[in-house]
Amino acid sequence: MEKQTEALLREISEWNGEFKGAYNIRENGQCAGRVSSKNIKITNKEGKPGLEIRIAPGTIGETVSIPACVTHGGVDDLVYNDFYVGENADVTIIAGCGIHTETGEPARHNGIHRFILGKNSKVKYLEKHIGTGHGTGLRSIDPVTEAELGENSVLEMDTAQIGGVDRTERQTKAIVGEGAKLLIRERILTEKDQTAKTEFEVELNGKNSGVDLISRSVAKDNSRQGYHSVIIGNAPCTGHSECDAIISENGKVDAAPELHAHDNDAALIHEAAIGKIAGEQILKLCTLGMTEQEAESTIIDGFLS
Amino acid sequence: MLKLENISWNTPNGVEVLKGLDLEVPDSKLVVITGPNGGGKTTLAKIIAGIYKQDSGRILLDDIDITEKNITERAKLGISFAFQQPVRFKGITVKKLVELASGNKMNDGDLCDILSKVGLCAREYINREVDSTLSGGEIKRIEIATVLARKTKVTVFDEPEAGIDLWSFSSLINVFKEMRKDLKGTMIIISHQERILSIADEIVIVADGKIKSKGPAETMMKELLNEKGISNVCSKQEVLL
Repeated sequence: MEKQTEALLREISEWNGEFKGAYNIRENGQCAGRVSSKNIKITNKEGKPGLEIRIAPGTIGETVSIPACVTHGGVDDLVYNDFYVGENADVTIIAGCGIHTETGEPARHNGIHRFILGKNSKVKYLEKHIGTGHGTGLRSIDPVTEAELGENSVLEMDTAQIGGVDRTERQTKAIVGEGAKLLIRERILTEKDQTAKTEFEVELNGKNSGVDLISRSVAKDNSRQGYHSVIIGNAPCTGHSECDAIISENGKVDAAPELHAHDNDAALIHEAAIGKIAGEQILKLCTLGMTEQEAESTIIDGFLS
Repeated sequence: MLKLENISWNTPNGVEVLKGLDLEVPDSKLVVITGPNGGGKTTLAKIIAGIYKQDSGRILLDDIDITEKNITERAKLGISFAFQQPVRFKGITVKKLVELASGNKMNDGDLCDILSKVGLCAREYINREVDSTLSGGEIKRIEIATVLARKTKVTVFDEPEAGIDLWSFSSLINVFKEMRKDLKGTMIIISHQERILSIADEIVIVADGKIKSKGPAETMMKELLNEKGISNVCSKQEVLL
């Protein structure tokens, strides 16, 4: 494994020389290490680049890590990873992607993740994206996530892209079954001339299904972000989406939330707030002894924490 | 000692609010500034903290001229300010905000010491975000905790009774009574409330942009109670300048 991969792994996952539990490390489109456990089997996907990760029913408290790293320009990596989570399992999946380039050549990772959650299963999905290096080549990460939540399952997605990625197009689609809950917490920071686009489409098809989608973003300098969410309530269900964005300098944010209630007992809510940092927040932190710049950075760090 | 000399301030559209105000606030005293709505109390508090900049006059803190110092510099020199309408922060926890105020990392015991002074149980609050899920009473207490954590020479409270219900106010009074017992540094409270006035060492009446009168609390309370209705002014009617 390259030194650069190790540096990226430290940033995007809980790697400290080794992984806890099953793992697969993807380095520039190749496998740089893989370990399955008794309950979590990782195999190559047939016909397409990528993995099949099968988590046995009843697996409790285990972690599987599947980080992907691109360490130089001129790489365009595409991967399909499918997760099959057995009934009553309760596991943590740590994904994440790091892109590094020191040249003018672009580097891209496009990860397509599919989750099939069995009845009563519970998954915590952690995903961190970063871009590093001084090269002028564009660093792009374009993740696609598709999830099918079985009866009474819970998928909690915590995703963060905090700096360094020049272009991103994120797509998340989910079909939520009876009694199942989807919780999404997304944080995106863009600066300089970066752009980020995030799209969500959630179908609440099962009785008492629910989604809670919280997106927080900060667009600095000349960067631009787009947010589009679609929540469709096809059954008695609850849906909540919240899009909060801070803009500074010439940052731009476009937000377009959509709610579609197709059942009389669908209860859907959307909240959105876009604006610069409130002056009172800066004042308060200045009265605690911070400079305006320190206050702004503290507010943004907290907002994206 | 905090000394204000000949302080004047006009609103951006030219309305005179403070008209050459002079005030000396002695060390280690609880001073309550009161007076009719629109008289300039909140403006005075904000000028002390550096949130508003006076048009003329001088401000001295322990004989150091702080007239030209900004909010941050005054905070570092030992002035704290509790906002009338505390600010909320998405993503910043109570623990983080109190730590930012104290300037140090704090363990659960330290946080418990500070939060219990304002009547909050640390266990229930340290991981909560300082956002709209907190009630008016809770956010007031957290605001007070942030200024207590700073342990500065001068702490200014701008109408702590504003924006909270009677039940919360009643227990907030106890917080101030406890702080009074263990007073370190100088506390300046802008207030209309008789129950806050009653715990003062000194009371200052600001009206029409000047100090109308000031003196020991006992004497001043009599003067105030003889004036019709000052203690009955509804805080929600306060006109912010």
